[in-house]
Amino acid sequence: MADTVSSASVPVMPGAQGYPTALEWIARRAEAFVIPLAALIVGMALFSLFIALVGKSPMQLYETMWRGGFGSWFSIQNSLSRAAPLLLAALCVALPARLGLVVIGGEGAIVLGGVAAAAMGVATSGAPAFFVILAMGVAGLTAGGIWIGAVGALRHYRAVNETISSLLMAYIAIALMNHLVEGPLRDPASLNKPSTEPLAEAHRIGNIPGMDVHWGLVVGVIACILSWLLIEKTRWGFAARIAGGNVRAAQVQGLAVGPLIVGFTALAGAFAGLAGMLEVAAVQGSANASLAAGYGYTGILVAFLARHNPLAIIPVAFLLGGIDASGGLIQRRMDLPDATVLVLQGMLFVVILFSETLYGRFKAFNPDLWQRGDLVKRPDLLKGTA
Amino acid sequence: MTERFMLSRRELLKTSAAGAALGLASASFPISRAFAAAVTVGFIYVGPKDDYGYNQAHAEGAATLKAIEGISVVEEENVPETVDVQKSMESMINLDGASLIFPTSFGYFDPHMLAMCAKFPDMQFRHCGGMWNKDKHPMNAGSYFGYIGMGQYLNGVAAGHATKTKKIGFVAAKPIPQVLLNINSFLLGARSVDPIITCQVIFTGEWSLAVKEAEATNALVDQGADVITCHVDSPKVVVETAAGRGAFICGYHANQSPLAPEQYLTGAEWNWAKVYKMFVDDLVAGKPLPNFTRGGLADGFVKMSPLGPAVSEAARAQFDGTLAEMMKGGFSVIKGPLKNNKGDVVATEGQTFVEAAIELESMDYLVEGVVGSTA
Repeated sequence: MADTVSSASVPVMPGAQGYPTALEWIARRAEAFVIPLAALIVGMALFSLFIALVGKSPMQLYETMWRGGFGSWFSIQNSLSRAAPLLLAALCVALPARLGLVVIGGEGAIVLGGVAAAAMGVATSGAPAFFVILAMGVAGLTAGGIWIGAVGALRHYRAVNETISSLLMAYIAIALMNHLVEGPLRDPASLNKPSTEPLAEAHRIGNIPGMDVHWGLVVGVIACILSWLLIEKTRWGFAARIAGGNVRAAQVQGLAVGPLIVGFTALAGAFAGLAGMLEVAAVQGSANASLAAGYGYTGILVAFLARHNPLAIIPVAFLLGGIDASGGLIQRRMDLPDATVLVLQGMLFVVILFSETLYGRFKAFNPDLWQRGDLVKRPDLLKGTA
Repeated sequence: MTERFMLSRRELLKTSAAGAALGLASASFPISRAFAAAVTVGFIYVGPKDDYGYNQAHAEGAATLKAIEGISVVEEENVPETVDVQKSMESMINLDGASLIFPTSFGYFDPHMLAMCAKFPDMQFRHCGGMWNKDKHPMNAGSYFGYIGMGQYLNGVAAGHATKTKKIGFVAAKPIPQVLLNINSFLLGARSVDPIITCQVIFTGEWSLAVKEAEATNALVDQGADVITCHVDSPKVVVETAAGRGAFICGYHANQSPLAPEQYLTGAEWNWAKVYKMFVDDLVAGKPLPNFTRGGLADGFVKMSPLGPAVSEAARAQFDGTLAEMMKGGFSVIKGPLKNNKGDVVATEGQTFVEAAIELESMDYLVEGVVGSTA
């Protein structure tokens, strides 16, 4: 969170060094774009070496990826469809991360949100369609919120490590889903693939007009924007960032850290639960084992690549959706195994994590350091950006 | 994987430029469309193509099509049963020109394949699993599936001769009808050799969950089972674990004998090559493709792995005799008098269920002699 630290603690002195104000304005903000972009390019260059080592042409690979993920309207819609669930799944990681919590069990909230939504959809099937979809949304939000909110509560009140507990609770959630769809909630007609009863056609969520992408994409984008506003523009978000920086300091300031942690984790889980609801209502039509498709885990990757900035999640999810979409074409055109795109994702992940250490190290991004002697006059600047 | 660790300077230079040149790549390096063949057929697998199991069985079938003149095969592995598989089908149609697609995993059918059938009414889709129903589903969709229960019965015959402890074991994914029929068939085959044999079953709860499959196999061997079989997507872990513990193995889905050549008795395998060739021949001849096709051992949809070196002469004789009887048709694995393992009668004296009997499609019991529970 070097960007937030530097913009909050370093006083902006427009034109103080004699350079044009606009240039300084750009320089201060360029860091957040240039470093991730450079990391992406380095990651892809490393991956090229890997591809060359297995005897394939990196050029052809990137050409195929471009074609499969971004090169045509069909490919773009393909990437957006895959990005849709990742937006909400990534928020489940990014929101707690602003409080300093590493929650990696969003998958559990997704499957339980999906099951709760499916059960609600069947239970209210006699009601008007709008009400049914609304009730399903509320069910998904609630189930996911309770699940990850419990992780936050365990963290704050019982000092249970949230990373471990959320991961283990994801396994419990998947087992619970299997129990429910194979037992109490099973549609007796689903013999060889145990599922809940299918939703009526009227209770399904369709596509965005003019696109082959379901409404979940719009919901995800709105959720990302709202989350950004919450974190950056409200006092709760401010309090969360304080608590994320130093819990003791926040407590000394009189901030209610417990409710903050439980509230943020519950909201994060609610978003993941909503992703499960959308998966049921827009894609699957019922809850079954296909809900545990790994979106929760890919969401971790998206959130870390976006450096837990909800707005950055949007392009990163699109990028990963595109990499995923191109995976099929790479298999078909280049006879490379499916794991190829996983290797690329892994390399990008490692390089981006490494690039975290680069923030604040380049003088070019910090106009306060542009003139000689400033280091002597303002030693605190170095501390703030190291 | 074939790896060539040779990197010329020229290639290295190209490589380092590749990352930066991504944006330009599509404009300057047009890919050759190597798919000028008359007919392109797409295959989609839920797991890896080389899993020694469910997916490999389909991939082996697909591979036989590649040899046919004018047929081009495109494949994708590890495709989850989500919107991903819809997009994979669409991509095969839009980018590769596929006109016939085989989505091979059970969960691809509803809603994913059906959605694509509606979107591409001129394309043909055939799904592995037997769910197509002419009253409910479109005519460009269809199902194919095999009856493999008798294969597990033959596995049981081989196991019945090989077991010394009179205990055999079954690692199963989920207690659904197909799996239950396989477990029951395995035990009944073994009991045709010796009626005191029992079969312990352990359900892992997932189609592919390597750690639990290994634990289940170890637990079965710990409890005295000395012949193990399974019904999970990839039997590799079960076969290797059982072999490591000194147990005999009966295979499933594909031929796993390379994993344990000494201890592999036989196995119930899919023979999808026959089915895929049938569809493609019809397509090339311009004939309408069948919408629903099923078959078993006698129809060539299912085959047995060659008997391994540990199979005794007596076992071989009974195995061959039973197989010959099955090939004649009308053989019933499930026949009365038969009780389930809770003591309830499931087939009365004289009652028989041939492999295509509709009652077997909703099997919800384990027969007497199977140790385990469906819930």
